[in-house]
Amino acid sequence: MRKLTLPLDPVVVRDLHVGEPVALSGVMVTGRDAAHKWMVEVLIRRTRPPQGADEEIHAALRKLLDGGAIYHCGPVVAGLETREYRFAAAGPTTSIREEPYQADVMRHFNLRAVIGKGGMGAKTLAACGEVPGVYLHAIGGAATLIAQTVKRVLGVHKLEFGVPEAMWVIEVEDFPAVVTMDAHGASLHAEVLAKSKAALERLLTS
Amino acid sequence: MRDFTPELLELIRLASTDLPPDVQSSLEQAREREAAGSAARGALESILENVALARRNSTPICQDTGTPIFHVRHPAGWSGRALRGQIRSAVAEATALAYLRPNAVESLTGANSGDNLGDEAFPTIVLEEAEDDELSVDLMLKGGGCENVGAQYALPHGELGAGRDLEGVRKVVLDAVFRAQGEGCAPGILGVAIGGDRGSGYAASKQALLRPLDDRNPQPELACFEERLVEEGNQLGIGPMGFGGATTVLGAKVAGLHRLPASYFVSVSYMCWAHRRRRMVVRGEEVTYS
Repeated sequence: MRKLTLPLDPVVVRDLHVGEPVALSGVMVTGRDAAHKWMVEVLIRRTRPPQGADEEIHAALRKLLDGGAIYHCGPVVAGLETREYRFAAAGPTTSIREEPYQADVMRHFNLRAVIGKGGMGAKTLAACGEVPGVYLHAIGGAATLIAQTVKRVLGVHKLEFGVPEAMWVIEVEDFPAVVTMDAHGASLHAEVLAKSKAALERLLTS
Repeated sequence: MRDFTPELLELIRLASTDLPPDVQSSLEQAREREAAGSAARGALESILENVALARRNSTPICQDTGTPIFHVRHPAGWSGRALRGQIRSAVAEATALAYLRPNAVESLTGANSGDNLGDEAFPTIVLEEAEDDELSVDLMLKGGGCENVGAQYALPHGELGAGRDLEGVRKVVLDAVFRAQGEGCAPGILGVAIGGDRGSGYAASKQALLRPLDDRNPQPELACFEERLVEEGNQLGIGPMGFGGATTVLGAKVAGLHRLPASYFVSVSYMCWAHRRRRMVVRGEEVTYS
């Protein structure tokens, strides 16, 4: 298993290929449906005006995400009352819902790793080639196991989105994932889709 | 009728943190079918390691603790309203204890209630009066990833060449598994309802998922059909997490419902590998969990 340290160097990113297991260490940020919609509409395309601390958060995210990783995850967080946050369960959520937004977010923040489950589509794959970046597949449902790799919760942005949708800044050690989309245009998901489509067609005509 | 809130809290804790033995055993068998060193086998190894860890630490197996769906059978004369209140109290308490993630989001404002209590339909509570004097509560935690890949078909379906018979049902169910790819956290369990209307069909497809994985449909024709769905679902080769592999489907549970002459719906509910369902039975003072 290859060990990776965040932020990622573009040379390292280009050296990653589909099928390779990796262990990530460093600082990453969680973000899912509400966060992606907000980043694109308010920070990137600016079709909605910023509110409250949005500009300060934007500046903070620019530093955190430059060469870094976003994790599609809505964790179970303990210690909400005391603000001594601990991740109790933190597996990936389905990534494809962010397909309309992800490529713009990658380019805007120079984001080099997108972590989630289920894979993403052609727009994100194209952005992986340009930035460069990779899509890393975490094991869906392995929430307690993954939470153990979260060593510290460093902070949280947009908590008004609710606990699952907030952007949690976390420090991880040996976070396990598999490269399923790389910077060379390869996607395990496109490959499995094509093979299973052929198998379906056989079964429908049998 | 006494207050069952503490017992219901334990039911929720068990459901969220302790995978039922039939599901675990099915995942162990699936692991043995994947090639050594493959991504599929690695995924199942992590899944089983996570299951053991969650049980030991009493933490959620999956962070998406989903919609809590309760099916309650209670003795005649008991107050459904009081039981509903106790279930809702237990859900809020389980959320405060981090057994459940706060999941109830007001659709228009996006506001999360913070305690998993939404409107009357969240959590889902189905109450039914029993013929005996036993209280039973089935709980399933159904996450959003797998709920999103559920599908409903109206037969005949021209594109798939599916007519109004079991052969047609087979085709649309396989199409649903194909469309789900790995997004519903494969390997999954299929709850299928044939017939009903759009509402009752989906409800029955979820209720079918309450059956143990290793049981056999009492209707011989449906029992064979369920086996065929599993076998052919696996031939799609989508595999654990959609990595490609031998096991895409762990089980299929099919129910038939009466329908209107004009309608022939097939409703498919996809349950992720983390099939968190638990049952609590109260007989007199005795409370048992399975």
